[in-house]
Amino acid sequence: MSVALNVNGTRYIVGASPETPLLWVLRDELGLTGTKFGCGVASCGACTVHVDGQAVRSCQVPVGDVWGGVTTIEAEGDARLSALQAAWTEHQVAQCGYCQSGQILQAADLLAGNPAPSDDEIDTAMGGNLCRCGTYSVIRAAIHDAAGRLREGGAG
Amino acid sequence: MSRLGTITRRTLLVGAVAVAGGAAFGIYQLRKPVVNPLRPEDGATLNPYLIIDQQGITIIAPRAEMGQGVHTTLAALVAEELDADWEQLRVLHGPPAAAYYNAALAHGALPVPDYAMKDWQRSVTAGIGAATKLLGLQVTGGSTSTVDAFERMRLAGASAREALKAVAAERLGVEAGVLRTEAGRVIAPDGREIDYRDLAEAAASVSVPQAELRHPNDWKLLGRSLPRTDMRAKVTGQAQYSTDIVLPGMKFATVRICPYLGGGMAGFDASPALAVPGVEQVLDLGDGIAVVASNTWAAMQGAEAAVIDWTPSPLPATPDAMVAQIARAFEEKPNSTMRDQGRPDEQSAGIEVEYRVPFLAHSTMEPMGATAHLQDGHLTLWVGNQAPREHVKVAADAAGIEAENVTLHTPFLGGGFGRRVETDITRQAARIAALMPGVPIRLTWSREEDMRHDFYRPAAIARMRGAVEDGRATLLDAKIAAPSVTRAAIGRLTGRNLGGPDKGHVEGAFDQPYAIPHYRVAGHLADLDVPIGFWRAVGNSFNGFFHDCFIDELAHAAGADPLQFRLDHVAPESPVAAGVLEAVRDLSGWGAPVPDGTGRGVAMVWSFGTPTAVVIDLTRDGAGPIRIARAFMACDPGLVLDPAIVRAQMESGLIYGLSAAMSGEITFTDGRADQGNFPDYDALRMFNAPRVEVAIVQDNPHMGGVGEPGTPPAMAALANALFALTGMRVRSLPLSRHAEFLI
Ligand code: FES
Ligand code: FES
Repeated sequence: MSVALNVNGTRYIVGASPETPLLWVLRDELGLTGTKFGCGVASCGACTVHVDGQAVRSCQVPVGDVWGGVTTIEAEGDARLSALQAAWTEHQVAQCGYCQSGQILQAADLLAGNPAPSDDEIDTAMGGNLCRCGTYSVIRAAIHDAAGRLREGGAG
Repeated sequence: MSRLGTITRRTLLVGAVAVAGGAAFGIYQLRKPVVNPLRPEDGATLNPYLIIDQQGITIIAPRAEMGQGVHTTLAALVAEELDADWEQLRVLHGPPAAAYYNAALAHGALPVPDYAMKDWQRSVTAGIGAATKLLGLQVTGGSTSTVDAFERMRLAGASAREALKAVAAERLGVEAGVLRTEAGRVIAPDGREIDYRDLAEAAASVSVPQAELRHPNDWKLLGRSLPRTDMRAKVTGQAQYSTDIVLPGMKFATVRICPYLGGGMAGFDASPALAVPGVEQVLDLGDGIAVVASNTWAAMQGAEAAVIDWTPSPLPATPDAMVAQIARAFEEKPNSTMRDQGRPDEQSAGIEVEYRVPFLAHSTMEPMGATAHLQDGHLTLWVGNQAPREHVKVAADAAGIEAENVTLHTPFLGGGFGRRVETDITRQAARIAALMPGVPIRLTWSREEDMRHDFYRPAAIARMRGAVEDGRATLLDAKIAAPSVTRAAIGRLTGRNLGGPDKGHVEGAFDQPYAIPHYRVAGHLADLDVPIGFWRAVGNSFNGFFHDCFIDELAHAAGADPLQFRLDHVAPESPVAAGVLEAVRDLSGWGAPVPDGTGRGVAMVWSFGTPTAVVIDLTRDGAGPIRIARAFMACDPGLVLDPAIVRAQMESGLIYGLSAAMSGEITFTDGRADQGNFPDYDALRMFNAPRVEVAIVQDNPHMGGVGEPGTPPAMAALANALFALTGMRVRSLPLSRHAEFLI
């Protein structure tokens, strides 16, 4: 049995069984290793991707249940992701970097629904994303910055 | 002294060799040069510090990049002297090689507090530094990388620049002295210029001039916050970690090893694992199994399904029995008394208390993993590690081949904190690859496997006696009991049994810059065989907490302001340490009345050559949970090469320490860790992490580390702030067992 999947605009037919979590299909079958494994129990956010524009923990979503297009950190041409990546670079956010794909995808989800989030709103939205290197303050600053860029650019 | 002089006199020589279309520059130290790890036949891929070829400039930064920014700072050392264009550089980790030994590791080897070290003592450690080369330790750890590279890598850049100028001078028919260099080009006074790439090949055959290093006032890159060389890759998902290597025909593996530490495996039934769709093989690893499948998830499902008959752990069965075993060490003679001033036994103690800290896991964001491929008797490994040469040896042993048949790549590390010095993952990956020759293997541990098979920060107990008189501390008498990390970890790393006084065991307590007349710190080594290892700040992580919290107790007993009390006792011993206390006082506005519902605590710990002071503000709304609202930090690592990286490391160390002090705890039942994943062993998250401000002072005449010194004072400052807020002196961690924090 095979499953059809659209990832970053490309269509794939995958061979993994439908109950396989999307995370492992992305990493092991499609070679999209920018999405990371941290816990497998929805408690770290390292595996965050978008399904149909909404942030999900890909370690928890069986590939057979994926209900829309998947966006990962490797996506190109996504204005929101690009603005976040530029802000992340500007603020020199990443230390080890392992959590940052998930952080960026989670932040993109926040900005999609809230173009000008407050500190508290950012803290709440990002609470499920651990960073063992402790980069939280620069993540927060970078999200504000990206939000500003997107508002000015009229994108979003 | 004269013999000392010859040993410690630096004999750094720069040499060059030809590589395809260019030159590679490296350093040789000591009278007997180390074997050049560069293999010219490998073209532009291998080299000591710097390769210039037709592709451009590549700097080899032979330390693991685990988030601490070391690739950026090491590259800047070379680029500063070379006049390379920062945006155009490539940085590689480079191969395992004795030439990359970490000489600064030995700076901590003398039984003398860093703050009180005399110049002659520093020169003795330079001699011991040469000994670490003999051990061949290419270790990323101990907050030493920059200190170690500071001179060597600048020299490599300077000498290469002069060699390129020598070639250009000949081609342009001018004296080398009139040439200048900029952005990867040599420029003549008349404006003619030659790109380094076009000079490199010829530069390989000129004898490399020994160049003078530039004065810091002339630096263009060093001393500034540079764009990190790894940033773009890390925000686009392109940065590769151990399990991101994609090889054709790759299989996916995980392991399940006996969780009852020290126990083993009597037998197993693989059939339930093999029944999981996608599972292809179950391998016997002796103390557990490896499951190989068509994807990692199938392998993990299979590993869980296998029925395994474990044999029991020899460890004490309960957490309490473990603490009792550690406490037993107090009954034996101390292993060390590295501070012993006055007559502590003759003083009566006004305060006599016991402190305790638990075992801790590293819990790096990236669980342990590796990629391995054994093909035609040659093993290629990709594993994030902090000691590549040791990993090569272990891999060779596990695969049953010679070390020269192992190629080790060090990709990015998804956090290290000391965990990736350990070679267990490499042994497993090599073993699995050897059992499946020709098949590339990606081995990924589950989080549970990672948390239950750590080399933990040990639990420790301190028994403290102290007294104050007329506002001054007169007695501080500390006895510290814990299993020895130094012996466990260095023993595993080098295969040698270390005897003698164990400095690491008491660091953070015996070496603090306080003037106290009766002052003693004794270390007792506990006989408890839980696997323990280097954990961010190592001994300082518990001793800093014990020592500084006890200083806080003495301050309150003396009726003194805790910060001023510290300052009064520190200033006579170390103006540098006093400087960070003053800086944190000014930064935090210490002394102004704090609002109701706010508790403010301070701590200062000198570790890894860098005194670091922290002020923590806790707030609480009525009966609500306690919030770690703000943190102020001041550190003095001496000369700072990249202020943004220093600030980031300080904040990172702080959050790591606060996370552990607030809620971190590993306990063992029947020798198995009770905690397996983040829900049982969490860390600060964005909503409960403090707002942080960092002040950097640069009065320290010696360069110190920055990766670890933020962690110890964070823990103590948190407990001291809890006392300020609640009046409750909590002497055992984690604090969340005693007070309700926002989680
Ligand atoms: S791996 Fe999915 S949330 Fe941690
Ligand atoms: S940058 Fe290392 S875990 Fe976030």
